[in-house]
Amino acid sequence: MKIKLNIWKQANPKAKGRFEKYELDGVDPEMSFLEMLDSLNEKLIKEGKDAVAFDHDCHEAICGCCSLYINGRPHGPGEEVATCQVHMRAFKDGETITVEPWRAKGFPVLKDLIVDRNAFDKIMSAGGFVSIDAGQAPDANSILVSKVDADKAFDAAACIGCGACVAACKNSSAMLFVAAKVSQLALLPQGKVEAKRRALNMVAKMDELGFGSCTNTGACEVECPKGIGIDFIAKLNREYLCASFGEAE
Amino acid sequence: MSKLDAKIPEGPLAKKWTKYKASQKLVSPNNRKKLDIIVVGTGIAGAPAAASLAEMGYNVKVFCFQDSARRAHSVAAQGGINAARNNKNDGDSVYRLFYDMIKGGDYRAREANVYRAAEVSSAIIDQLTAQGVPFAREYGGTLANRTFGGVQVSRTNYAQGQTGQQVLLGGYSALKRQVALGKATMYSRRQMLDIVVIDGKARGIITRNLITGEIERHAAHCVVLATGGYGTIYYLSTLAVQSNASAAMQAYRKGAYFGNPSFIQIHPTCIPVLNEYQSKLTLMSESLRNDGRIWVPKVKGDKRNPNDIPDEERDYYLERRYPAFGNLVPRDVASRAAKERCDAGYGVGKTGLAVYLDFRDAVAKQGKKAIKGKYGNLFDMYEKITGDSPYETPMMIYPAGHYTMGGLWVDYNLQTTVPGLFAIGEANFSDHGANRLGASSLMQGAGDGYFIAPYTVSNYLADEITTKVPSTDLPEFEEAHNKVVERINKFLNINGTKTASSFHKRLGHIMWEHAGMKRNEEGLKKALEEIAALKKEFWSDLKIPGKADELNQELEKASRVADFIDLATLIVRDALNRKESCGAHFREESQSEGGEAVRIDKEYSYVAAWEYQGDDKEPKLHKEQLKFENVEVKVRSYK
Amino acid sequence: MSKFFTSSIGQKFFMSITGLFLMMFLVVHLTVNSLLLFGDGELFNVAANWMSSNPIMKVIEPILALGFIVHIIYAGYITLKNQMARPTGYKVSNKTKASWASKNMFILGGLVLIFMVIHLANFFWKIKFGTVDTIMVNGEELHDVYGLVAGLFKGWWWYDALYILGAIFLFLHLTHGFWSAFQTIGWDNDKWLGRLKVISYIYAIVIAGGFAFIPLYFLVKYIV
Repeated sequence: MKIKLNIWKQANPKAKGRFEKYELDGVDPEMSFLEMLDSLNEKLIKEGKDAVAFDHDCHEAICGCCSLYINGRPHGPGEEVATCQVHMRAFKDGETITVEPWRAKGFPVLKDLIVDRNAFDKIMSAGGFVSIDAGQAPDANSILVSKVDADKAFDAAACIGCGACVAACKNSSAMLFVAAKVSQLALLPQGKVEAKRRALNMVAKMDELGFGSCTNTGACEVECPKGIGIDFIAKLNREYLCASFGEAE
Repeated sequence: MSKLDAKIPEGPLAKKWTKYKASQKLVSPNNRKKLDIIVVGTGIAGAPAAASLAEMGYNVKVFCFQDSARRAHSVAAQGGINAARNNKNDGDSVYRLFYDMIKGGDYRAREANVYRAAEVSSAIIDQLTAQGVPFAREYGGTLANRTFGGVQVSRTNYAQGQTGQQVLLGGYSALKRQVALGKATMYSRRQMLDIVVIDGKARGIITRNLITGEIERHAAHCVVLATGGYGTIYYLSTLAVQSNASAAMQAYRKGAYFGNPSFIQIHPTCIPVLNEYQSKLTLMSESLRNDGRIWVPKVKGDKRNPNDIPDEERDYYLERRYPAFGNLVPRDVASRAAKERCDAGYGVGKTGLAVYLDFRDAVAKQGKKAIKGKYGNLFDMYEKITGDSPYETPMMIYPAGHYTMGGLWVDYNLQTTVPGLFAIGEANFSDHGANRLGASSLMQGAGDGYFIAPYTVSNYLADEITTKVPSTDLPEFEEAHNKVVERINKFLNINGTKTASSFHKRLGHIMWEHAGMKRNEEGLKKALEEIAALKKEFWSDLKIPGKADELNQELEKASRVADFIDLATLIVRDALNRKESCGAHFREESQSEGGEAVRIDKEYSYVAAWEYQGDDKEPKLHKEQLKFENVEVKVRSYK
Repeated sequence: MSKFFTSSIGQKFFMSITGLFLMMFLVVHLTVNSLLLFGDGELFNVAANWMSSNPIMKVIEPILALGFIVHIIYAGYITLKNQMARPTGYKVSNKTKASWASKNMFILGGLVLIFMVIHLANFFWKIKFGTVDTIMVNGEELHDVYGLVAGLFKGWWWYDALYILGAIFLFLHLTHGFWSAFQTIGWDNDKWLGRLKVISYIYAIVIAGGFAFIPLYFLVKYIV
């Protein structure tokens, strides 16, 4: 099949970007979207042109590198997919595909389709952990965790930190990301000890980094490659309000 | 003849590590803050090592090439992490795990290291659980376990099919905590391009800032490499596309010996190659073999729908050949058996390079719901890629390059032959011999990171407390820096016609063909010639767009491919040298009549450690003889 | 606590609390209005006059006004801040499946506000400061609010249309606002999320339907 591409090109964080049009012939419907971009780059380099820069690594929807906004959807068409799981069979022959980077104040563009998601690391540093040093741990079986809680904590912990929630949200809110981590740890006895501090600090950091607030549109859960639900956002709200109104620490 | 001293503590096997810890040199807490450590890589070995060392009070600088430490490829490990906890009351013990690993590794691993890995395995689970890793639980709240290939006990802890992700995120969160406390400094999007050795000791690294292209110098008291494996040597592998061997190759060029480079595990259950554009093969967890049955049609070229082929016309070849372990034979055995069937013309699928992994019986017996509970996410993943539902029709699988047992040679301290340069996790060669058992890579990486490196690195640093961090203006830094710049300019100035990826693809093809699942002298020699020719072509016809001082992914690729080419030669040389079959290394010249691997213990019971002698010069072989005092060396049988 | 007022969740908390308060007011308002449907207005007039003269209502009135003001000011502030969180927009507008109302709460709220201004001018203003006919009920002189309402709705059909339109905006605003308020204060989980969404629709249908029914009732009663 033959496709037309409309791709955001931006030389560096400070440069002014623009959309560049490309055409690619001989696209196999079985190709993944990333492989299609690979073959576009192969062609561009041979023609002496600059390649399109984009983040990708594991190609199995777990590393969270992929960050393409394809035809108006983070990670492109499909339910619960990362870009690496999108195949060209999802597009029509002759279709024009517009590819943009994630857009958010908290995710500045570094080059072309690559954005800086360091903000997520900073939010994690603000409290996305249990304060325990190596060697201090008690026997894992001495902490009984109900299967239900363990499974639910896992559902939240499945977050791959790709940022699709931010990209999909009209407010560029990082609430789903923060909610997933806060909920995972608040659900487990190990994490409850410092749950208050965690909720307060992670939300404060999220706000400080310029992400918007949650207006419950639910767009984030639709685009989350791991299907993390907004019920975790309700849990985050609960944790945060309890921490704010509860006893001083 | 050689300086290969593994520095194994004296005493009985079970007491070695205790004795080491009791008698090692220590650094007092107020001296630790004067000591700097560089950790390269943030996977399941690197992140825990960095976090644990920072927790002790050292100043740690951490580097990764991804945009975040959380993206290291350990994140993709699926099935689980072993621990000798005897949770199931089924006869497991530290010794049993040790024994399984030694046997699984086909008696090519160092006893003391393997025993230590088994010894610390239980503490890892405690540590990870305390960090908030949501391991699967029974209804009673205790840890759940599953079984993996090559063993007869149930000792694998798991978090659905995303154990690696959860385990990695545990280490990542510990690291983030240290970053917040100011004890660790994170340098992401940095590729390490050289190691700086001053007065014979590793004292720093040279990195390229992948965003700005700036070449940076970092000094420290010691350097820990946790840079993973090199399965991407085959181009198509289960590894992430950016996983690379560059750090290990720089260490090798700076004097670190490379151990058993040809020991590369080919994972039996991966989604087969679908088209020529493919850039990556996807692993389907080995845990699937707990319930899936592997088969091919009994008749060559049987093109019927697999569901229409009756049982008596199916060849469940693993169950036929290995009745005791059946579908749960170790990975090397399962991979070769699949290749054997496909080479004989019984393969299925478009290319004939695939076998069926069938869940029909399991679904019938346990119900779709139970199967979904165990493998739901894997089945979904398979369906997303192929469009077929494994509930309805058998999966098609084929082996693919996966894990590298080989790596930088290290002693009991996990120190390479360059003092002050440590290698942990998959980057070293130490614990898996010639074949790794499932769910033991996370175990070994995390063990190295949390509970071994913190001790052994301290032992080294105890002698460095009066040493100041070297200035990055020293001539050694200057020289390494200039060499890196020179190399980058060389890449950019070739101005040929072919992309780095195209060379990588061709290299992968040569390696898969001649140094993959089956190897022979003729093929390996041919590979040497082909790699040499490819190298020449690479250095004269490479094309990279863009400049050095910007984000340039093609430049990154080229630099990695150049290192892969050199490593490929080393792998082939090692494979040529080892004329026996052992574990993943199968020399066709050394097999039984039934096609089983034949080990030659008399001649090859050693670790082959290769010393760099200069580009395009034959490396020098050093042998570390392996002594087995606690297990009887037997023919590995899974029949 | 001071951080709470400036934090994103804190600000949303006030949106939610004021929203829940206003939704309670809507229930009261509709209940009183529903008296329009019974008899010839006597009942309604008594209730309306009680509402405007009762001392408790004198206290509640400014609180209600404050509720509106806080809700509106926070809405404006949050919307502005949220827009600043994406300085460069997408070329292709977002195609993610999410309810239209949820994405356009500020616009819907604005439309409801415009409607409310007209509504206040028509009734509240006139009753409070203007000239409303009086009638005698049980020897007491009362504002003939019923006459005011009936006159408006039977006199000009476009007033009826305007009120029905207002009810539609309110309906959309409430379909999201109702469950969203619970979600924001954390009174939600995976079990209740779906249920609350259903209750949202029921609530929005009852409230908006009720308000829309009244002009229709007068239209039918006096014209047809």
